[in-house]
Amino acid sequence: MPAIHLRLGAFSAALALLAATSSASLAQKKYDTGATDTEIKIGNIMPYSGPASAYGVIGKTEEAYFRKVNAEGGINGRKITFISYDDAYSPPKTVEQARKLVESDEVLMIFNSLGTPPNSAIQKYMNQKKVPQLFVATGATKWNDPKEFPWTMGWQPNYQSESTIYAKYILKSKPDAKIAVLYQNDDYGKDYLKGFKDGLGAKAASMIVMEESYEVSEPTIDSHIVKLKSTGADVFFNITTPKFAAQAIKKNAEIGWKPLHFLNNVSASIGSVIKPAGFDNAQDIISSNYLKDPTDQQWKNDKGMIAWNEFLDKYYPEANRADASVMYAYTVAQGLVHVLKACGDDLSRENIMKQAASIRDLELGGLLPGVKVNTSATDFAPISQLQLMKFKGDHWDLFGEIINADVGG
Amino acid sequence: MSAVEDVVTEAPAVEAVPKRAMTLGFGTSLVMLALLLLVPLFVKNFIIFQLTMLLIYGLAVLALNILTGGSGQFSLGQSAFYAVGAYTSAILMEHADMNYALTLPIAGIICFAFGFLFGQPALRLSGVYLALATFALATAMPQLLKLGFFEHWTGGVQGLVVTKPDAPFGLPMSQDMWLYYFTLAITVGIYVASVNLLRSRSGRAFMAIRDNEIAASAMGVDVALYKTLAFGVSAGITGVAGGLGAIAVQFVAPDGYTITLAISLFLGMVVGGVGWLPGSIVGSAFIIFVPNIAEGISKGLSGAVFGVLLFLVIFLVPHGARQVAMVAQQLIGKLKK
Repeated sequence: MPAIHLRLGAFSAALALLAATSSASLAQKKYDTGATDTEIKIGNIMPYSGPASAYGVIGKTEEAYFRKVNAEGGINGRKITFISYDDAYSPPKTVEQARKLVESDEVLMIFNSLGTPPNSAIQKYMNQKKVPQLFVATGATKWNDPKEFPWTMGWQPNYQSESTIYAKYILKSKPDAKIAVLYQNDDYGKDYLKGFKDGLGAKAASMIVMEESYEVSEPTIDSHIVKLKSTGADVFFNITTPKFAAQAIKKNAEIGWKPLHFLNNVSASIGSVIKPAGFDNAQDIISSNYLKDPTDQQWKNDKGMIAWNEFLDKYYPEANRADASVMYAYTVAQGLVHVLKACGDDLSRENIMKQAASIRDLELGGLLPGVKVNTSATDFAPISQLQLMKFKGDHWDLFGEIINADVGG
Repeated sequence: MSAVEDVVTEAPAVEAVPKRAMTLGFGTSLVMLALLLLVPLFVKNFIIFQLTMLLIYGLAVLALNILTGGSGQFSLGQSAFYAVGAYTSAILMEHADMNYALTLPIAGIICFAFGFLFGQPALRLSGVYLALATFALATAMPQLLKLGFFEHWTGGVQGLVVTKPDAPFGLPMSQDMWLYYFTLAITVGIYVASVNLLRSRSGRAFMAIRDNEIAASAMGVDVALYKTLAFGVSAGITGVAGGLGAIAVQFVAPDGYTITLAISLFLGMVVGGVGWLPGSIVGSAFIIFVPNIAEGISKGLSGAVFGVLLFLVIFLVPHGARQVAMVAQQLIGKLKK
């Protein structure tokens, strides 16, 4: 083993020398480890195996998208090398893979690594090493903390901003509501609940009549629904993941409980939640979104949606088009390409964070019309706009304005 | 056939391993130690980190080996002890500002007590039933760590971030290298102690229980005491490994200590050779590196590739690394002639 690594060492020394001489001749070009005249190395960590393996499709879609970018000439002439490793959603494994990417594969950054616990495990390391941990794939609120962690940035609207929006809507349209909340007993559920209570402010204690939690390992949540109905609440905030959301909607209809139903956007997919629960049962449910739902017929002739379909036809034909993760990955990969283009020939890690923190009103094909990506040196939450929507017939009816709700970490 | 006869004629759960075959020869041990001492000087920090993890999981597998290979009791609950050790170290370091080195004996003692207490009810169970009881412990642990009651200390689902120690006395080495040598020292210490334990009176009592409980008790071995003691020692060593793991990974969270970890450790023990202590390192290498190799072969089917590789190992060398080592020894013996 030592001999091999000595050789590797000599090789990388030669490479470094090469890089040094080439950068001397072209003064305006700047590179950090992982970027050269012809290549940009991007690292990524996904749960391809283990309990969260359903999200592995995000990594596959991103890989397909970068293949498309490379086929079309790359970014400013440089090809993207996308190295994606499996961590099985286990934090110790994430640390090992992150170190492998940074120290052994020598990537320029780690992009869109998935999950709150895995990203928490590597956050300190990435910031110590000053390697960008860009656009992490989690909705936790803590990623928006540029002061403490200037090398870490989120992407999607965080859970707290979303539930704040529902709280404000309830305060305005139903100020005397009796609210029942069902939430998943983990960081995701608690983050939502906290944002909701913060949004209701001083009235939270009097308005929320019951908070009921369930464990992911439970086979069904029917008994929780029955319990919540017995409180006589007239508003129901449903903080559940897709499988449970479908169960809740169905059970509500079965026992004839008809509160004003708020469903978190995690489970707003028509294909994986509403359809299995039954369209009739889901009428008038309120939710919010920032992405276009590919299973929603209203986007059939939308320009962004057509481009998305063409991309999948050519580069990832086996993708499940009802899976919201595919749309998510497509959009975040476009976000990264935007940042890399903006970097020009200065591909230093510092400049990447600088460009990522100065996105102005960027519109992407997969985002709802009017939702824009915005960041600044003090705002590391790229997407913080959502639009409320109500389920009518077989699709979501967007209503009201695009709402901005920035919550810091 | 009467019930008593039934018990007596039942094949022992774990094949009897002669005492001498449980360790390596003195010369081989020295060569191994020299290798472990020298390799980090020539490799990158990332590899050093992997080697540190290798030693840490090796310790945990060793602990299980003492329990199963030594006293013949099964456990699928090692991840629970590992988690308790990791959290003990992390909480003491982050909330009580204690020195990392001091947290390890405390983690060991707490886990020893925990394992000893768990060993009491486990006395009534044996074989697969004991495995199931420990399995329950492993599934319960991540949930317990998430409890709101402990959240102030454990950080709940968000976990705790641990600060990595610098090399002391201004030694000119990186954090990773220091931690590696620190871990190596502890591992060697525990390995030597374990070998001596198994050679001692208590070790003979463990093995007597493993080979035949009734015969052991007839010879005056306090079966209940030694069974729980084996659980305690195993849990204690696992706790130290957990504490070291927390320091090396710099993070603890319930998701790191699921049943998957317990099964990995069990797997490491089988691959290394049940009852063969040096095999623990080989087993640990298997559970760390083979998933990476499997992923290199096929990303989408990494689990299946891992399964095939595991199957091959079990099929070709059912006694794991011990068998390979024995064959090698015979070959060398022939060459010498």
